[in-house]
Amino acid sequence: MSLILLSLLIFFAGGAAMSLLPGRSRVIPHLGPLTAAAAAIPGFVAAIVILGGGSPASVSLPWSIPSGSLSLAMDRLSALFAAPVLFVTALAAIYGWGYMRGHGGGGRSTARFWAFYNLLGGSMLLVVTAANALLFLVGWEVMALSSFFLVMHEHGEGSVRRAGWIYLVASHAGAACLLLLFSLLGKEGGTLEFAGMALPGGSGAADFAFLLALVGFGSKAGFVPLHVWLPEAHPAAPSNVSAVMSGVMIKTGIYGILRFLPCLGAPPEWWGWTLLAVGIASGIVGVLSALAQHDLKRLLAYHSVENIGIIAAGLGLGLLGISRDIPMMAFLGFAGGLLHMVNHAVFKSLLFMSAGAVARETATREIDNLGGLLRRMPRTGACFFTGSAAICGLPPMNGFVSELLIYLAALAGLTSGGSSLSPATAGLITAGGLALIGGLALACFTKAFGIVFLGEPRSRGAAAAGEVTAFMWVPASILAVTCLVLGLAGPLLLDVLRPVVADVCSALGYALPGAAPFLDGGGVLGPVSIAFAALIAGGLVLLGARRLLMRRRSGGPVPTWDCGFEEPAASMQYTASSFADPIVRLFGGLLRTRRTFSAPAGLFPQKASFSSETPDIYHEKLYRPAFRGLERFFSRFRVIQHGRVNLYILYIVAALVALLAWKLA
Amino acid sequence: MSLVTAAAMLSGIVLAPLLSGIINRTKALFAGRRGAPFLQPYHDLARLLRKHGVFSGTTTWIFRIAPVSVLACVLAAMVLAAPAGINRTWGFEGDLILFAYLLGLARFLTVSAALDTGSSFEGMGASREVLYSALAEPALLMGLAVLARVSGAMSLAGIYDGLGSTEWTSAGTAIPLVLVSFLIVLLAENSRIPFDDPNTHLELTMVHEVMVLDVSGPDFAAIGYGASLKLWLFGSLAVRLALTPSGLTGWAMLLAFIGGMMVLAVLVGIVESVTARLSLLRAPLLLAGAGALSVLAFVLASRFLG
Repeated sequence: MSLILLSLLIFFAGGAAMSLLPGRSRVIPHLGPLTAAAAAIPGFVAAIVILGGGSPASVSLPWSIPSGSLSLAMDRLSALFAAPVLFVTALAAIYGWGYMRGHGGGGRSTARFWAFYNLLGGSMLLVVTAANALLFLVGWEVMALSSFFLVMHEHGEGSVRRAGWIYLVASHAGAACLLLLFSLLGKEGGTLEFAGMALPGGSGAADFAFLLALVGFGSKAGFVPLHVWLPEAHPAAPSNVSAVMSGVMIKTGIYGILRFLPCLGAPPEWWGWTLLAVGIASGIVGVLSALAQHDLKRLLAYHSVENIGIIAAGLGLGLLGISRDIPMMAFLGFAGGLLHMVNHAVFKSLLFMSAGAVARETATREIDNLGGLLRRMPRTGACFFTGSAAICGLPPMNGFVSELLIYLAALAGLTSGGSSLSPATAGLITAGGLALIGGLALACFTKAFGIVFLGEPRSRGAAAAGEVTAFMWVPASILAVTCLVLGLAGPLLLDVLRPVVADVCSALGYALPGAAPFLDGGGVLGPVSIAFAALIAGGLVLLGARRLLMRRRSGGPVPTWDCGFEEPAASMQYTASSFADPIVRLFGGLLRTRRTFSAPAGLFPQKASFSSETPDIYHEKLYRPAFRGLERFFSRFRVIQHGRVNLYILYIVAALVALLAWKLA
Repeated sequence: MSLVTAAAMLSGIVLAPLLSGIINRTKALFAGRRGAPFLQPYHDLARLLRKHGVFSGTTTWIFRIAPVSVLACVLAAMVLAAPAGINRTWGFEGDLILFAYLLGLARFLTVSAALDTGSSFEGMGASREVLYSALAEPALLMGLAVLARVSGAMSLAGIYDGLGSTEWTSAGTAIPLVLVSFLIVLLAENSRIPFDDPNTHLELTMVHEVMVLDVSGPDFAAIGYGASLKLWLFGSLAVRLALTPSGLTGWAMLLAFIGGMMVLAVLVGIVESVTARLSLLRAPLLLAGAGALSVLAFVLASRFLG
């Protein structure tokens, strides 16, 4: 436990030091990332020890706040979330060391940035280790605010300010639900310590609390339709922050759901169904919206929605398995969801780091202005390629292993027999949904990788790009290697996950069987690892054979065959929009893409233009009208807000007197 | 590994190019020509292997590693799937997912290599390929899910083992519906008519062929051989399923299976001779239809098996 406290101490002390040091201090750009990386190490070690079989740790310190206590605990579930959080925070800090050079004003602004970055790291660790609801909320709020200020780092741009506000509103709407949830739980249990918070299962209050948790935590995680802040905030933030926010911060929402569901008694079947439906819907909406985007980071942000959906679908299957008493479905659903949480943390931060490197070198995030970067940025390109394969769930990367576990949970539901159709239907929906999501993700990432990194550059910025510094490509490469290692280490991972899932199940009042074939990591995933190894070995043998065969047998470089056209130009290449267009049109009803087209006219056409834009339909059709209505409603209260401070003080006094009178009466 | 398991893998690896020979011969017959010899695809592969490669100056290492890597993926899928239905204990739970995703990796590499050339034609083909496969994948996996439900097994070998003549009759018409769905997926995934015309000579209208316009020499041999292996794999899904009521196993099953594959090739040739290609906008609807068939099969299976 002392390791975790040490971690928190360095994070928060580092944050404080950054804000106290003189703004012009030369050390800040180095001290900032160093403290964040150093702070992450002890906590990461502690988490790995606990995951490796060490005993859970807890500590309680005195705190003079009513019903709050400074009690921290790291059980296996906390450790499973803390490990990726700290891993990614540290790597993104190193990456930021290189990335933040010459980014955003220097001086005070850099100091502020690193102060908030350290605060964000510390608060995420606090959130996953807090054992008291009040402490959890404090951590949650510090996390929301520090990430808000990080998103607003380049606040000179109007779009960044807009994104920041949307994020602030979304996080506080979510936090409001959590306040309500915790007061419900605390009122019934009489304490705000996690251990004592509970609602009687099967009651209407428990159902209400479930919905509160789904909305409150789901808005952080990015469930559809609560996802609207992600595609705004992730592109606006500096890329190291996007990597942390998208890779790990949104996972605290998943953590919250898993932490508080057990307080609500045995899960009725519709909870599992709700989570599954939300998950599949988020997956499909996320990947389709991603396909329609032109902004590389916005595309990645939508993929976070997709992957959060896959995680939620896994957890939903797990809950259904519990309600229907299908242990295999319960175990593999939770294990798949949790493993996908870890995997997504790795490959999504990898992708954001590579995208940040591209944006930094070419000064654009517009996919249709890029191209040919694999030649100019070979390391970044290879990293993005690895990340793309991993996020599409392709073997032999880590994404496949977690998706396979969720598929297996679905198959367990399908083959469960019994008189009820519910688990089988859930299995069919998951299998079809995951297959569609996977196919579309493949379309999206061949588009992202192919248009950005392959072909010829489509702009001067892309043509002039060069490889980034080692500060930036080394952390990304570490993540890329992690993708492959986690892919090959499936059996080991499942063995690590088994006690975590058993904890979650027993907290939900369900006991997994002591021994069963599906509980054995080597039995379930061993053949997959062997197949991966065989695939890699076979691929290498064939590549070697090709090398031998092609010796002195390839001619000099020629232009690409363009069907007899004299001089192929870069502007004639297929663009990201044209690549995605058939799919975007097919699913047009879900996307509402706006196209403006002026056709070439006359015998000697001069000008023609085409542009398309796909705004978030939920933002446009749901939230904007709703918030406009709210604004109209609240503007009526403007009469009492007039800027006269003496009257404001009078309000405060009046409120206090009223409270006192209420207390005395 | 028993002898028959090895024979099942080898038969696929050796006989796969023969399928396109049979298809082309069938088409020639319908067109009133004599057609190329059955073994022509082998001669083509041998010729390509002797040639030099020509590489566009735009391309990178992606373009160079893709063809043989695709071949490695398809071969891995062959090892995984070929003995299923012949050797009862082959494979593992969830191998059908790995099978589908190995082919996904092959597609990822093919499409990336196509975009690596920077050619708009190849981009066009790649764009269509990802659209068709995004729709074919759910149809395939939902079809397999239905079979898993009917047979109560989670591996390819288990599924074929668990389906017998009783399941064919007791599960309504679920299994025939899945079979039709598989056949549609086969035509789409292997770029056959009505989805794609492998014999067209207009780049604008092609799907698979246009993606590999710039590939040449031994790399093109790898692509061509990979494509015939893929046809064999998807064909084997359908043929094995059609053979399940026979109850054969081992060598007898292998012989029946190889015969079935030849019949399937003739069938594909007939489909190509008598139907026209669908317009590009219509093709997704047919694939969505295949998915709908799988769902319908699920409903029927659930209704009749209870």
